[in-house]
Amino acid sequence: MHISPTIKKTLRVSKTCFLRKLVIASIAVLGYHHGALAAPSTAEVNTTGLAVTDDTVKVGILHSVTGTMAISETGSVQAEKLAIKQINEMGGVLGRKIEYIQEDGASDWPTFAEKSRKLLVNDKVAAVFGCWTSASRKAVLPVFEQYNGMLYYPTFYEGLEQSPNVIYTGQEATQQIIAGIDWVVKEKGAKKFFLLGSDYIWPRTSNKIARKHIEKLGLKVVGEEYYPLGHTQFNSVINKIKLKKPDVIYAIVVGGSNVAFYKQLKAAGIDMTKEKPVLLTISVTEDEIRGIGGENIDGAYAAMKYFQSLDNPNNAEFVKNFKAMWGDDIVIGDVTQAAYLGPWLWKAAVEKAGSFDIDKIKEASPGIELTTAPEGYVRVHENHHLWSKTRIGLAKKDGQYQVIYETEELMEPDPFPEGYQ
Amino acid sequence: MFADYTTTELVSIFAMQGFAGLILFSVFVLMALGLAIIFGQMGVINMAHGEFMILGAYITYIISNLFSSYLPGLFDLYFFLAMIVAFFATAALGALVEWGMIRHLYRRPLDTLLATWGLSLILQQIYRSVFGAREVGVSLPDWLMGSVPLSDMIEIPINGLFVMGLTIIISVSIYLLMFRSRWGSQVRAVVQNRPMAAAVGINTEKTDRRTFALGCGIAGIAGSAFTMIGSTGPTAGQLYIVDTFLVVVFGGAQSLVGTIASAFTISQSQSTMEFFLSGSMAKVLTLLVVVGILMLRPQGLFALKMRH
Repeated sequence: MHISPTIKKTLRVSKTCFLRKLVIASIAVLGYHHGALAAPSTAEVNTTGLAVTDDTVKVGILHSVTGTMAISETGSVQAEKLAIKQINEMGGVLGRKIEYIQEDGASDWPTFAEKSRKLLVNDKVAAVFGCWTSASRKAVLPVFEQYNGMLYYPTFYEGLEQSPNVIYTGQEATQQIIAGIDWVVKEKGAKKFFLLGSDYIWPRTSNKIARKHIEKLGLKVVGEEYYPLGHTQFNSVINKIKLKKPDVIYAIVVGGSNVAFYKQLKAAGIDMTKEKPVLLTISVTEDEIRGIGGENIDGAYAAMKYFQSLDNPNNAEFVKNFKAMWGDDIVIGDVTQAAYLGPWLWKAAVEKAGSFDIDKIKEASPGIELTTAPEGYVRVHENHHLWSKTRIGLAKKDGQYQVIYETEELMEPDPFPEGYQ
Repeated sequence: MFADYTTTELVSIFAMQGFAGLILFSVFVLMALGLAIIFGQMGVINMAHGEFMILGAYITYIISNLFSSYLPGLFDLYFFLAMIVAFFATAALGALVEWGMIRHLYRRPLDTLLATWGLSLILQQIYRSVFGAREVGVSLPDWLMGSVPLSDMIEIPINGLFVMGLTIIISVSIYLLMFRSRWGSQVRAVVQNRPMAAAVGINTEKTDRRTFALGCGIAGIAGSAFTMIGSTGPTAGQLYIVDTFLVVVFGGAQSLVGTIASAFTISQSQSTMEFFLSGSMAKVLTLLVVVGILMLRPQGLFALKMRH
């Protein structure tokens, strides 16, 4: 199904300049590569000097594999490599095998900027799959806009950004937050919320949206707290939670702090398997649960677009292939799945455009759909974010989520939500 | 800021926060004791202290896995064995590091800072290669989780009690070792006057190595205990290092009593402020107060009177 747009495009082009096409094609076939009859010539699909040859195309993978973010970004690298391998097995993109150049951002934002410049200027890659934290994306954004590169960014994030040079394959904040809060209000009768987060842009922006939405529904926020990244002592805030008796603890704690927070919550006698308080998070994927320990987060709810346990044929296939490539004991979280979409969305855009040229991909991207996505169906919005469903997962002792709810409709991505800023 | 609460609530708040502060205090003491011995007694700025702690945590992880596969019946007790193994393993690594690196740098304190920082990066990468970049989950025996309810509002976490008990045992042992044993008086003699100590027949090199190993070993025990409350990952040690140095420097580098006093001051003020302000603001205020006091008293809270 990914081939049909290419054929259509080729046919359309053939009609307009049939003779020239024929000549070029014959030369290509005779002179260079006898095997790849279908592949259009390089001069035609690459007018801006990207690293595209007659049978290969170079892309970049830019994540942290060392430093503090390696914990989170490893899964994204694995997913992108899997997608690239599968695409190559299917014959590549426009008849060209994908070769990747992997660079290490080393959890350091200036390094990300420098490596992205290297990938775009020296290596002339046709696309980059990478970045994880918003800080790293903000660091590389000017580079991608200056040198006109294409970035596929996998993480759920705070929104408030929209660049023609980026495709955001994770959810922006409103998609995750609004669906989650609506669910907990409807299903759990929640009235009082306690907002908690690590102290940086994503949790703060997300909680701002959450607070607006909660107050819009006529409900109450009884506390809002932030702790520095890497904070490991949550006893004070847990006491505060006990005192305020909220119906919902809305937690956006990240990284190593997560482990401390959930262990201490359990040790303090807050049992999430009981009716109240409900814990709802948007920051804990299956990846994080490995560090936290399933028994410490048993009974919490998460609002995300993807869980490993998602029951559909695409996902069964994806999980099987992922484990075959990276080992049986691996877990797959929301961002890993979003990272997996990157190469596929790029492939679809290239084939729709019939070209590797960045400007043509930018133009072709909106409207692209993936029916083979592990999360189900996604479509690229005009604003370069994805339409996707939001699901609620219930954390289980074995470290997996059980999907108990999904939105009926695809959630529209809205990176600049009016009235929420 | 008190107006939002009733009197009974305020009483509960202070009781709960007092206890939260005590747990934080125990954590600080446990983190800082090893560093206080190394920094205070030997003058070595050990930037790899956090990584020694994480070695202890990984050893706990390995032993918990071994027990759950081979001795599931004794799983409830593995934690004690894990702490002992963690102590000896980190102490052994400490001795090796002292022999291979630190002893060549005793006269160049700034170089030890760089060298141990490099060591911390090397250790992090080794952990990452061996255990993977992701955090590992250490499963704990059930009796260590959960809490003792004292009243409706006040519940005391069992692992908090455990850390407090452990801190008391280790502090008392260190006190006995440093001030009541022959070895302790040798260590103190070397600290106070190295050439003189050597002249009366103390093997200063051996004393140095043992002191460094002891400091590292205590870091290992701390790391093992912290699997109950924190994360175990290649870079988790970095989360502790700033607080640890803060406690040691604030207390007065050469005084173990000072370390304990400063841990108490910092933890109680931080946990009280955390309740009425946000977590980040509490941290900022704590740091401001510490900086202010250190400007007035650069030697820290407690300083040994000694000749230079």
